[in-house]
Amino acid sequence: MNIEQVRTDRAALGELFALPAVALVIAIGVAEIVATRDAVMTFHAGLLVLAAGAAGLWLLLRRMGGRAGEHEAGYNHAVVRAGVIASMFWGVAGFLVGDVIAWQLAYPVLNFDLPWTNFGRMRPLHTSAVIFAFGGNVLIATSFFAVQRTCRTRLAGHMAPWFVFWGYQLFIVLAATGYLLGVTQSKEYAEPEWYIDLWLTVVWVVYLLVFLGTLFKRKEPHIYVANWFFLAFIVTVAMLHIINNAAIPVSWTGTKSYILWSGVQDAMTQWWYGHNAVGFFLTAGFLGIMYYFVPKRVERPVYSYRLSIVHFWALIFTYIWAGPHHLFYTALPDWAQTLGMTFSIILWMPSWGGMINGLMTLSGAWDKLRTDPVIRMLVVSVAFYGMSTFEGPLMSIKAVNSLSHYTDWTIGHVHSGALGWVGFVSFGALYCLTPWLWQRKRLYSLRLVEWHFWISTLGILLYITAMWVSGILQGLMWRAYNSLGFLEYSFIETVEAMHPFYIIRALGGTLFVFGSLIMAYNLWRTTRGDEADETIMHPEVASASALAKLPAE
Amino acid sequence: MTYESVTSFAQIWGMFFFIIVFGAVLAYALWPSNRDKFDRAARSPLNDDIIED
Ligand code: HEM
Ligand code: HEM
Repeated sequence: MNIEQVRTDRAALGELFALPAVALVIAIGVAEIVATRDAVMTFHAGLLVLAAGAAGLWLLLRRMGGRAGEHEAGYNHAVVRAGVIASMFWGVAGFLVGDVIAWQLAYPVLNFDLPWTNFGRMRPLHTSAVIFAFGGNVLIATSFFAVQRTCRTRLAGHMAPWFVFWGYQLFIVLAATGYLLGVTQSKEYAEPEWYIDLWLTVVWVVYLLVFLGTLFKRKEPHIYVANWFFLAFIVTVAMLHIINNAAIPVSWTGTKSYILWSGVQDAMTQWWYGHNAVGFFLTAGFLGIMYYFVPKRVERPVYSYRLSIVHFWALIFTYIWAGPHHLFYTALPDWAQTLGMTFSIILWMPSWGGMINGLMTLSGAWDKLRTDPVIRMLVVSVAFYGMSTFEGPLMSIKAVNSLSHYTDWTIGHVHSGALGWVGFVSFGALYCLTPWLWQRKRLYSLRLVEWHFWISTLGILLYITAMWVSGILQGLMWRAYNSLGFLEYSFIETVEAMHPFYIIRALGGTLFVFGSLIMAYNLWRTTRGDEADETIMHPEVASASALAKLPAE
Repeated sequence: MTYESVTSFAQIWGMFFFIIVFGAVLAYALWPSNRDKFDRAARSPLNDDIIED
């Protein structure tokens, strides 16, 4: 790969100003190491010093080599390439951990009786690895790509995008190692402790500034709708993160902190956060991907741009109120529960508006579903989006939730959204991005995409059908009474009944992991510029060469 | 100011607020003179050839 390099004075100045910032971070880290008596804090401060030290060394070496301020000409594709690699890496890691905990639920011996490998610590490792490490890297990469391309301008900032990328990786490593060592706030999807939250806040604000800066210097009059979704995702996640993590550390040198909110207020804040993590992280951000990558791959404009505008505003105004559906039949006031239920049901409409918009973008090009497995992946992801946003409002009806809550039905719902929608739309985007970014004519092998698609689809189906059955079974067993008014089943009997379904789910997960490994191999070969011999999969190529043989008229 | 009066105020005006916002969004999306702008915007990702540069 041959990418032209340029050097600018502004960029060189940026690298100069980065040095004192690096020194400050190192100083804070060293101070923590000296002052703390908490072993995990020592370890984490050490990681911080190492990371900052590596950044400082890199800056110094460039300065000494006279290369300060040098960067790729044109669009900033380098940081997106890094994001693609990180996404693939964390994706495989996160799916693998998911599969390990799935087997643990089926066979508890796999906890190994060790604190670090216990389900309780591995579960948040899985959820954070897939949502924040995999999903987050996909979102950073795709948003950085789409915003520059649709604004026709280079990403704002010289160091800033790289700070966002590496700062985010450091956040992931701190959070993940913290969980395994037992450091957690015990708030679902917001487990990292106060100092890791502070670090993420800094990274996220820079992310917002890079994004806004790029929009600000755009060369297009109108901001393309995908960017609205990305921006809503970035802004809302910042707000959620800060409010849900308003905690006071016990001491500046310890890992433990206490949250400002208490009792039911804390529960509501947590699920306002948790639900909107779903709504803005796992939905709005990935809708940004849909609105950019589906039209791009299909080579047709989005079905209705007007619908996309209504979709956007309706979605963000509605999602934010639906959090109470996680707290039905709790101490939360009844009116708040009813409000949450109402808004969740309303949410069905904008969600399906968006789904229809995504699917109908293919109208007139439906044959591509047959010929291009990447498009098929994108389309199936949108279909799963439709399915999980139908199931969600259904589960938000209090009577239904009284059956589904606490059961595997929720887990099934989560994974039809997570594997089907988030997973597949990300895979589609990564399959598009890799040849573009490494300047290859095409993917190494469409046949391997085909394999990935079918293996993973089968895995998802095994996963969610097993969870539906086991969830409803579990819910019904819990509420069964005998003629004397006693509970019919003991808890352990419900666990026994679910065992076969846990095995089916874990097998489905194994297939999903296997599919992602095929993908990693395919992308790696693509970056190297290899092309498998499969003319049959490229009908346009085959017919073009056939045409070339025809005599001229 | 009682708890009941606050909640009933919030519920009634919240409803109107949402109706008005939704009306404004629909008006913006469907306003005839915006049509050209949106048509152009919809094509914007397609008018960008990635492999070329
Ligand atoms: C190989 C693929 C995967 C497998 C085998 C898997 C397995 C699991 C298991 C066993 C649990 C714990 C369920 C329980 O406590 O009963 C879980 C929870 C969870 N997983 Fe996955 N997972 C996979 C992929 C993903 C992906 C790609 C995402 C998101 C993008 C995801 C998001 C979640 C979430 C949010 C939870 C927590 C659900 C809740 O608390 O209700 N998973 N997963
Ligand atoms: C209209 C859209 C949606 C609505 C109304 C909705 C509604 C719900 C409901 C009622 C629950 C169960 C709460 C409980 O009983 O504890 C739930 C759980 C969940 N949903 Fe959805 N859902 C929607 C879409 C999605 C999508 C698209 C995803 C993923 C991409 C998703 C991810 C989750 C997760 C991760 C949980 C588990 C939370 C937890 O307990 O840890 N949802 N959702």
